[in-house]
Amino acid sequence: MAPQEQRRHERREDEPDEVPAPAPTTTARTSAGDAEVDDLLDEIDDVLEANAETFVRSFVQKGGQ
Amino acid sequence: MSSAEDPARPTPGTSGAAGPGPWGRDGGVRRVMGVETEFGISAPGEAQANPMLLSGRVVHAYASPSGSGGGRGTRSRRATRWDYADEAPLRDARGYEVDRARAHPSQLTDVPPDVAASQAASAGTALHVAEELEEAGLANTVLTNGARLYVDHAHPEYSGPEVTTPRDAVLWDLAGDEVAREAMRRIAASPGLGDVVLYKNNTDGKGASYGTHENYLMPRSTPFADIVRALVPFFVSRQVVTGAGRVGRGQTGDGSGFQLSQRADFFETEVGLETTLKRPLVNTRDEPHATADRWRRLHVIVGDANLCQVANLLKVGTTSLVLATVEAGEAPDLALENPVAAVRAVSHDPSLTHLLTLRTGERLTAVQLQWRHLEAVRAFVERRQGAAVDADTAEVLERWEQVLTDLEADPMRCARQLDWVAKLRLLEGFRTREDLSWDAARLALIDIQYADLRPERGLHARLVARGAVETLHDQAAVARAVVDPPEDTRAWFRGECVRRYGDEVAAASWDSVILDVAGRTSLQRVPMLEPLRGTRASTGALLDRCPTAADLVLALTGGRPAG
Repeated sequence: MAPQEQRRHERREDEPDEVPAPAPTTTARTSAGDAEVDDLLDEIDDVLEANAETFVRSFVQKGGQ
Repeated sequence: MSSAEDPARPTPGTSGAAGPGPWGRDGGVRRVMGVETEFGISAPGEAQANPMLLSGRVVHAYASPSGSGGGRGTRSRRATRWDYADEAPLRDARGYEVDRARAHPSQLTDVPPDVAASQAASAGTALHVAEELEEAGLANTVLTNGARLYVDHAHPEYSGPEVTTPRDAVLWDLAGDEVAREAMRRIAASPGLGDVVLYKNNTDGKGASYGTHENYLMPRSTPFADIVRALVPFFVSRQVVTGAGRVGRGQTGDGSGFQLSQRADFFETEVGLETTLKRPLVNTRDEPHATADRWRRLHVIVGDANLCQVANLLKVGTTSLVLATVEAGEAPDLALENPVAAVRAVSHDPSLTHLLTLRTGERLTAVQLQWRHLEAVRAFVERRQGAAVDADTAEVLERWEQVLTDLEADPMRCARQLDWVAKLRLLEGFRTREDLSWDAARLALIDIQYADLRPERGLHARLVARGAVETLHDQAAVARAVVDPPEDTRAWFRGECVRRYGDEVAAASWDSVILDVAGRTSLQRVPMLEPLRGTRASTGALLDRCPTAADLVLALTGGRPAG
């Protein structure tokens, strides 16, 4: 993981006040399926494209309807 | 032409597969409907590839023969062309027509794309590419399951066949995902063709959005203003059920954070005709593809593409029920202040606590607003059906209630039913484990890869394989729906003509089949303006008696000699 991906700050200063904070009140950790989530994450690790930064940048679509 | 003999003419008593029409007025969920999906597309090895050509590659791969006599869901050696005769994309449901010269070229969907481009006098690459595709017959095909697979703007689009229940809408939508997978497999297996990857999502997170449209047949007599009044607050609030989830905020994803909907940031006005710019919450395109004085086709462009089958079922099921209350004049008045801003506010609030303001001054959350809709619909169904609610309607009502109950208790309880929750569960897991901020590239990657349709790469596909999301249809049923049309609408006649008569089907559209028959100098156009005619019950015996398209034309014209 690139160092710049580390958590920096939760809110941007230019975010309007009425917009709720990004993090939802509930997280995967609170539900009964913790073990299932861990399993899922392990599996997904193997499936994710190797270079996230490059992949995301190159996923560009033309507009549609 | 044989139009005097509508093949889709019903035999008495078989005009509909499920009880008396008109649809939507029996107090239930059934009506003629269909879902269109524009797929995201990329070619990993060809960064500069033209997306129209790539999309053409997808249509061609699926439609062209592969040694065994055509694609799995196609039968002709050539792709079946589209009959544009009855298309009217500039007709507005509010009662007027937009001047062609003032329309954006992307609105001219009633002519092949090359013509649209030249009418807009925009010479250049787009025109050239569109011409190339159309001339090669790569831009369009009609499948044996009654669907249309074609190049729409810069995306391949699967327009599912007309169905009458939410369950069938989900099934033939799943068939479209399978068509996309088959096309990818064929391209991968073709030497010399670079791989193409298809995504069932609605934005690239960089400013582009492409649609998943729902279509609902309604009686023409329902005033359009009533439809708008009821749908706006419903669409604002239904995102808590139908949202597919998105990492990033704003059209170009400048803001960080998670939101419920892929599409919410792309809607800029309440009502309008456009679908590609200044997108409206309620689209007024009045192109019924049916007898115009009896029917309107409500064209819904506000929704996300759903991979979760339960979310997809609820999307079309709850919408059909709300429309039924509108048709009956029994829709509740839940009008909102500033609905366009409200769409974004709801989408940007995964905590589901944002308070919406009704015009009456009352304030309530999107989930509470969905409860209001559910209560009104339930009361309406009880008034019409009493205790004996039909199974399709009962399923939608029960699941709707369960999902709203769970969303209020803990949204994570819906991780097996709703896309935004399933996606958020993965994202939160990663964020926690690796201490990522919301603008981490890996979270954006999870968002994109969730919708990757390849079974080995797509994250939703992995969830399905693990049994981590609930499914409504098994693989065998989906495989049948790839090939077979629904039996209870005109999609059956269209699909069966393609399957049985293959090359003799010169063109088709939602409301016509054009046959090119040996021994006849002119093309034979068979109109199908009534969506509930042309069912297996009403035309199955006729087609069984006609081994060739020539036999069919002869039968339809009352045995008159060839002309």
